[in-house]
Amino acid sequence: MAVLVDTDTRLCVSGITGREGTFHSLNNRAYGTQVVSGVTPGKGGQDVEGIPVFDTFHEAVEQTGANTAMVFVPPRFAADSILEAEDAGISLIVTITEGIPAHDEMRVYNHLARNPDVRLVGPNCPGILSPGKSNVGIIPAAFFREGNVGVVSRSGTLTYQIGNELAQSGFGNSSIVGIGGDPVPGSSFIDIIELFEADPETELIVLSGEIGGDAEERAADHIADHVSKPVVAYIAGFTAPPGKTMGHAGAIVSGSSGTAQAKADALEARGVRVGRNPTQVAEIAVEILGARV
Amino acid sequence: MDLLEYQGKQLFSKHGVPVPEGRHAVTVPEAVEGADELGYPVVVKAQVQIGGRGKAGGIKLAANRSEAETHAAAILGMDIRGLTVHELYVEKASQIDEEYYAAVVFDRGAKKPMAMLSRMGGMDVEAIAEKDPEAMVKLHVDPLIGFQDFQGRRLAFEAGVAADVIRPVGAMLAKLYDTFVAEDAMLLEVNPLLVTEAREVVALDAKVTLDDNALYRHLDSAEFRNLSAEDPQERMAKERGLTYVSLDGNIGILGNGAGLVMSTLDVVAQAGGRPANFLDAGGGSKAEAITSAVEVILSNDDVTAVLFNIFGGITRCDEVAKGLIEAFRQIEPTVPFVVRLDGTNDKEGRALLAEAALPNVHTESTMLEAAERVVELAG
Repeated sequence: MAVLVDTDTRLCVSGITGREGTFHSLNNRAYGTQVVSGVTPGKGGQDVEGIPVFDTFHEAVEQTGANTAMVFVPPRFAADSILEAEDAGISLIVTITEGIPAHDEMRVYNHLARNPDVRLVGPNCPGILSPGKSNVGIIPAAFFREGNVGVVSRSGTLTYQIGNELAQSGFGNSSIVGIGGDPVPGSSFIDIIELFEADPETELIVLSGEIGGDAEERAADHIADHVSKPVVAYIAGFTAPPGKTMGHAGAIVSGSSGTAQAKADALEARGVRVGRNPTQVAEIAVEILGARV
Repeated sequence: MDLLEYQGKQLFSKHGVPVPEGRHAVTVPEAVEGADELGYPVVVKAQVQIGGRGKAGGIKLAANRSEAETHAAAILGMDIRGLTVHELYVEKASQIDEEYYAAVVFDRGAKKPMAMLSRMGGMDVEAIAEKDPEAMVKLHVDPLIGFQDFQGRRLAFEAGVAADVIRPVGAMLAKLYDTFVAEDAMLLEVNPLLVTEAREVVALDAKVTLDDNALYRHLDSAEFRNLSAEDPQERMAKERGLTYVSLDGNIGILGNGAGLVMSTLDVVAQAGGRPANFLDAGGGSKAEAITSAVEVILSNDDVTAVLFNIFGGITRCDEVAKGLIEAFRQIEPTVPFVVRLDGTNDKEGRALLAEAALPNVHTESTMLEAAERVVELAG
């Protein structure tokens, strides 16, 4: 088992003919993901190393049975591409694109919220990896293997760092889900934690958060009330000054809210252990699940 | 991007939000000329992005030309809580009867815009919340249908706005919402929202934050400059397409990925050090980008040591090593570097560094060891 992507995933990539889109589509296919089609308006009929390209998502879904979309198009076209994928009946839309205007994200979010059959992960995320089964996105799969730790994170490289620390302690992963560093993520920590809670393979959940917003605080409440599995957290940005955006559009301390300390306090107050650095996250995992090496 | 008052008011006017007439000035003669055009009395206002301008002496009423000249000369160059005043806004004086507070903000929690109104204007929003939380009336707007007239009326009635200005206040909220959407704002705040003696409703101040990601469709706004807030390293980094934030310590930091860089700053601070900057070289950085980033970090004279913390995914560690070697060839740094390379092509990267034998470059294998080492070397 895993969450969101597995051997049943049939992926259609929006922006497959772009440089990055081609590179990562082929990487995902090489990992074993069924990359069944791509969409680039005006390039229908072409193919990318055997992957057929269509002008519209509707055609791609009809002809290749795609159930998952990966969006790689530039920011100004991304909201449109997400809405097209939803309209064509895709149930999981993973958006890698960074730099989408916040108002576009907000409109897309509120529109998708009315459709119970669709889930958006991202934007501005590294994607989802279920080791040994499927990789949708840009997560470097070589560092991860199958196992029972589910990871959900707002950042990319920090996830690899934490995943690597876990791997060195002998742990593999059920799935690694990047929810993205933007102000309006399509899926929240809570959405993904619910999936890990229901996933029989996942024994421990690692939550990697950062400054800005209140998603970690909300997750803390949810964990206390609804999660039976152990959760270990990490929060980045203790040294971030207020009012300055730390790289991610969503990572900003505004006034007195969104600080790393407030998030760590909220999690600890509800019984979630918080590692002070990525290495400590792995050490706590060892304490909870026992050494694996 | 945070706008200055006069820039925010330009956007307000464009969308029909009433504002007093005013002129932007960067010199005393310009300010006086503007004041003459407007007719006295005028208010001379320092243009810096910080609260408490009035208390600091940055906002002055001028009854005539000689007062306008005196105030403009005094305010230009003034230091307001660490910011030097380089720009003025001269505005026609308003006859104040009542001061309200209005705002439209991007509510990340609800993922909807939130409109706010209070009768207690003139003090900051935290002070209102502390004094009387009930005084701030808030409601969410569905971004798919926009701000409705009833919402304007409801805010105005519930906030207890004077009966004769219910309609104009509601109308101003609707126009503020239009501005918020049309300009891709993250925040619009009007404090105070003024009711004049003639019972006209005007925005006396404007605090506007725009979404940087949407500037491509607002080319006029992208041109707005703020002379007092620009940090030299941040400007240099921006020109080079790097994500850089100035901090006040002495340890230069370079990493790949915003989350990892934030984590690196924390680990350095935990080891007892003080980071000089946040620098995210981004995913897939090539050697040239790394060389360019080293130049930006070292252009800050406070830096006494530099830490590279790379976990290669799309970024290849050998490219990072090549960039560092090239930086040493071009600029011959005199401060020590600590380099931690892990992930994609890490062995190749470490081999390149070993072969180059750069002076005063130390490699460490873990993030924690690297942080401790750089703190020790930074002194």
